Amino acid sequence: MRLRPPRGLRVRLVVAFLLVSALSALITAALTFRQARSAILDRTQDNAVHELRAQVDSLAPDLPFPPTTQDLRNFTLQLDRAGTSRDWRTAASYRGGPPVSAPGAERSTAIPAALREAVGQRKDAVVRQRVERDGTPWLVIGMPVLYGTDGEGDRAAASGLVVYADFSLDGDKADIAALVTAAQAGAVPALVIALAPALFAARRVLRPVRGLRNGAEQLASGDLGTRLPVTGHDELSDLTRTFNAMATHLERDDAELRRMEATARRFAADVAHELRTPLAAMAAVTEVLDEDAHSGALPADTADAVLLVSEETRKLTRMVEDLMEVSRFDAGAATLHLDEVALRTLVEKTVHLRGWQVPPGRVVVEVPDDVRVSVDPRRIDVVLANLIGNGLRHGAPPVVVRARHEPGSGPEDPEGGTVVVTVTDHGPGIPDDVLPHVFDRFYKADAARTRSEGSGLGLAIAAENVRLHHGTLTAATSPEGGAEFTLTLPVALPRPEVEEGP
Amino acid sequence: MPRVLLIEDDPAVQKGVSLALRRRGHELEVAASGETGLLTLERFRPDLVLLDLMLPGMSGLEVCRRIRETMQLPIIILSARGDDIDLVVGLEAGADDYIVKPASGEVIEARMKAVLRRVVPQDPAADSGRDGSTGRVRAHGREDHGDLAVDRSALLVSKAGRELSLAPSELKLLLFLSAAPGQVFSRQHLLEQVWEHSFYGDARLVDACVMRLRGKVEDDPRRPVYIQTVRGFGYRFGPVPRPDGGEQRRQDER
Repeated sequence: MRLRPPRGLRVRLVVAFLLVSALSALITAALTFRQARSAILDRTQDNAVHELRAQVDSLAPDLPFPPTTQDLRNFTLQLDRAGTSRDWRTAASYRGGPPVSAPGAERSTAIPAALREAVGQRKDAVVRQRVERDGTPWLVIGMPVLYGTDGEGDRAAASGLVVYADFSLDGDKADIAALVTAAQAGAVPALVIALAPALFAARRVLRPVRGLRNGAEQLASGDLGTRLPVTGHDELSDLTRTFNAMATHLERDDAELRRMEATARRFAADVAHELRTPLAAMAAVTEVLDEDAHSGALPADTADAVLLVSEETRKLTRMVEDLMEVSRFDAGAATLHLDEVALRTLVEKTVHLRGWQVPPGRVVVEVPDDVRVSVDPRRIDVVLANLIGNGLRHGAPPVVVRARHEPGSGPEDPEGGTVVVTVTDHGPGIPDDVLPHVFDRFYKADAARTRSEGSGLGLAIAAENVRLHHGTLTAATSPEGGAEFTLTLPVALPRPEVEEGP
Repeated sequence: MPRVLLIEDDPAVQKGVSLALRRRGHELEVAASGETGLLTLERFRPDLVLLDLMLPGMSGLEVCRRIRETMQLPIIILSARGDDIDLVVGLEAGADDYIVKPASGEVIEARMKAVLRRVVPQDPAADSGRDGSTGRVRAHGREDHGDLAVDRSALLVSKAGRELSLAPSELKLLLFLSAAPGQVFSRQHLLEQVWEHSFYGDARLVDACVMRLRGKVEDDPRRPVYIQTVRGFGYRFGPVPRPDGGEQRRQDER
């Protein structure tokens, strides 16, 4: 599995903080350790060299020259005894001879060849080397013995005698180990302690960020009154201030838009409503006018005028009704009253109610008997009446209403798929440039239709009614040439509670 | 011909509606406000009231309630307000029908006739119910459904011996439903049969009427026994508990 970088801002902040503190602790510890270690070792070595020199200086004058192997052996024995405090082992060699150690020792002095070589080259300087033996560090010192200043000139002369000494650095190792332990012991609590300020800092940064996020969420969910408290003067509080300003603007614009929209909507509704009262008086008497006009009692001109008035009154009445319906849709006040009905019955009723069944063959209904749909019958009646009436007016009979049931295609509608209803006429069809606008309000396809029956709102209302049913309504020109409207309805709507109580 | 009282404040509508109705032979009296309407009611004794909702002073709803308190006179609301909520409020105040202005004289008269017709229409579905195994004679005389007694010829309904005062639409609905106990009728069907709306009217008319009827007929309107809701389909009458059993447990239909 691939290791993913931590996602949360808080985690990232804390991790970064801890990494920085761990790194600094590490560097500090490493530098300190290095310094302390070399200081310890240097001091040990210096002390050892100093001590060795002192011993050699005090013992060397007693050494006969040139010394025999026995002499050298005695000499190293003396040096070993003198150096008990350090527990060193010495060896001596004369003029490049093999180093001679004190007899009877349980360990011999092993002198690295490199050291001997270095001593051979440098005659007068102390050479030291750290070696590792059985896991413990040892220091080997090679010290040429010099004559005093009694030789030629100021320069001390090499006597040819070289003293080697080696001793364990175990004590120092323990000291150094203690240092490492101390560094570790310091770094881990430091990291743990660093966690607290890291969390604190993360919290300080994240709290306003979280506040902003919550505020943005509230704003997005429509609560435009959301404001955030501004504290301090850092970048985050600037951001918060900007956020608040944005929310204020949004709220103001939204209120303004809503107000204008409500005003426009109310105006349309008010106009339609105010028209209703005078129309109520006029509509009540249209039959009276018709009757009188047809009775022949009126002069011909008056009769024509009367018929015109009554006909226009009817149109006006219908248009006002349509306007009221449209304003109800716009206000979102249109509601569905669902009923489960047989589609065939619905279509036939629509046709019969409007007298379209005569003469036979004007409207052909080809709907299977067994298709039942859950719809608001009144609204679907309005839709069907519009489509069929449209076909009869603008197209040519016969207008054919077909329906088929399409089973549910996906898991989103397991209930029973959709019902597809097509209404086709045998007229000239709908021109391509008109097609996109047929559902627009008051859209008139051509000048000849401007005085046609209907308000120009019919198809717009039909489309709204279909949308209310979560269906679709499309217009096209059928392959045979006529206009074809296709209506799809879900068979089973998500049913809201239509009962009036239990 | 029926006598009609029109309560309407707009002079043009007064004139138009009365012209249309007088022409059709109705005797008509007009009142311009709710108060005068109630006074005229005493004097004129109409067969039906056409009521505008937006009246100066006393509102149409208040007038409707006042009339309902004392008599079973048919009331039709004639209003310019056609939103669902207006309709429901108007119907709950006790009106029998609701006509949204503007409406032609033809429509108004048809609705008036439907409301005034006090006989349950001869419905083939109801007929088959009449021949059911219950064996009751339904055309005339009294039928008993639990505590409820329906007298079809006298058009009287009483519950536990006490006579109920039902508005005309309530009575028609009850007579229609009880003619075929157990049979489910859709709202649309009831609207067509009881209110005689020959188009797709608002089914809320049915719901509001059922609610009012339950308030008068049921022991507990929230747990109806007589007029039951069949979710998604409509309403049915009963089955009611047997009168002799004394239990309020529901029985099987047949």
